[in-house]
This record gives sequence, structure tokens and C-alpha cells, in this order.
Amino acid sequence: MRDAKLTSAACPAHKVPMQGPCAKVMRGAMLAMGAMALGGCITVNAPSEPIVIELNINITQEVIYRLAEDAGQAIEANADIF
Amino acid sequence: MNTKLIRRIALGSALAAMSLGSLAVPAQAQRDPAYAAARAEGRVGEKTDGYLGIVGSPTPELQNMVDDINIRRRAVYAERAQAEGATLEEYALTAGCLAISRTTPGEMYQAPDGSWQRRTSSPPLRDPRCP
Repeated sequence: MRDAKLTSAACPAHKVPMQGPCAKVMRGAMLAMGAMALGGCITVNAPSEPIVIELNINITQEVIYRLAEDAGQAIEANADIF
Repeated sequence: MNTKLIRRIALGSALAAMSLGSLAVPAQAQRDPAYAAARAEGRVGEKTDGYLGIVGSPTPELQNMVDDINIRRRAVYAERAQAEGATLEEYALTAGCLAISRTTPGEMYQAPDGSWQRRTSSPPLRDPRCP
């Protein structure tokens, strides 16, 4: 059993990456990158129907009830276009 | 003599204005025959946003008619919305609720999901906020 270190030591700057104690880490990282390139891609499909932004969603029922009487009269007064 | 003449002219013009007014009202109150026919045939329908929409493929004449009606509706909405201290969209949506309610069986209207529906004798499918 090896003693677990609290923090992993950084790779020394003057050493060649694929040799020495840090080589294992580098190999692992490269394997992970290879795996991502092969099958780990996230594909996003565009929706077939157009995206509709509903602008009327914020209108409250309270406002509609307040305007209903006036709107009814406006429709009656302009019956040719309703 | 002079005041009599003025009075007579004033009375005459008032009568003329009244008869003109009474003539103009019935003409305003009725739908254009082309619009009435398009509604009855389901080529146009009431949208949820308070405007008229074309159901199916548009023709230039139909598009012109619908555009004309919608411009005039928008003018009414804008004027009344300002008077009521509401936004154009709020007023138009309210009018849309009512216009959908007033469709008669056979006419087309837009359901809350955006699909066109033919009005039956049962109540139309409307936004839950509609009065």
C-alpha cells in the first residue's frame, strides 16, 4: 500500500513528458481524448418545426378580464371587420 | 332676414349630416360580401392573437383582404388599448378571445396549440385566460 498524497505533485518542467513518473498520467489523458474523439461526441439535432416564441404568455387573466367589456363593445362597433 | 337665412342653412346642413350619418351606419356594420363568403367557407379564420388568418394556401386577393382587415383591426386595438391603459397585444389578445367565441358553426378558428379548428356547436377551444 502506497501512502495517498493529499495533493498530487506537478510534473517537473525539465523532464520529457512521456518518461518518468508523470508518463502514466499523460498516457491516461491521451487515451481519454482518443475515446472522446471516437464516440463521446454530443450531437444536437435541429428541430424540424420552426421555433415559435410566444409573446402573449406574460399577459395575465386579470388584464384580459378588465379589457373584455371594452373589447366586446369595440367588436360590436366595428362589426364589418370582425 | 339675415338671421333667418343662417338658421335655415344651419338646419338644412344639420338634417343633411343626420341623414348621411344614418346612411353610413348600416354600411359600416356589415361584413364585405367577399369577407363573409371567405369566413363561411373556412378560407379565413380567427387567430388567438386577435387577427384574421388564412387557412390553407393564400391567394393574392385573399391576402389583400386579410391584410386590409387586420390593419383596420390593429387601428381599433391601438386606439382602445391607449384609452384603457393597456398594451396593443393585451387588447388584441382579449379581442381574439371574444372573436373566437363569436365564431359560428362551420367557421374556422385557431386553438391555443396553434392548430386550425372548425367551429362546431360546442364551445371553441380557447386559452384558459379567456373570459
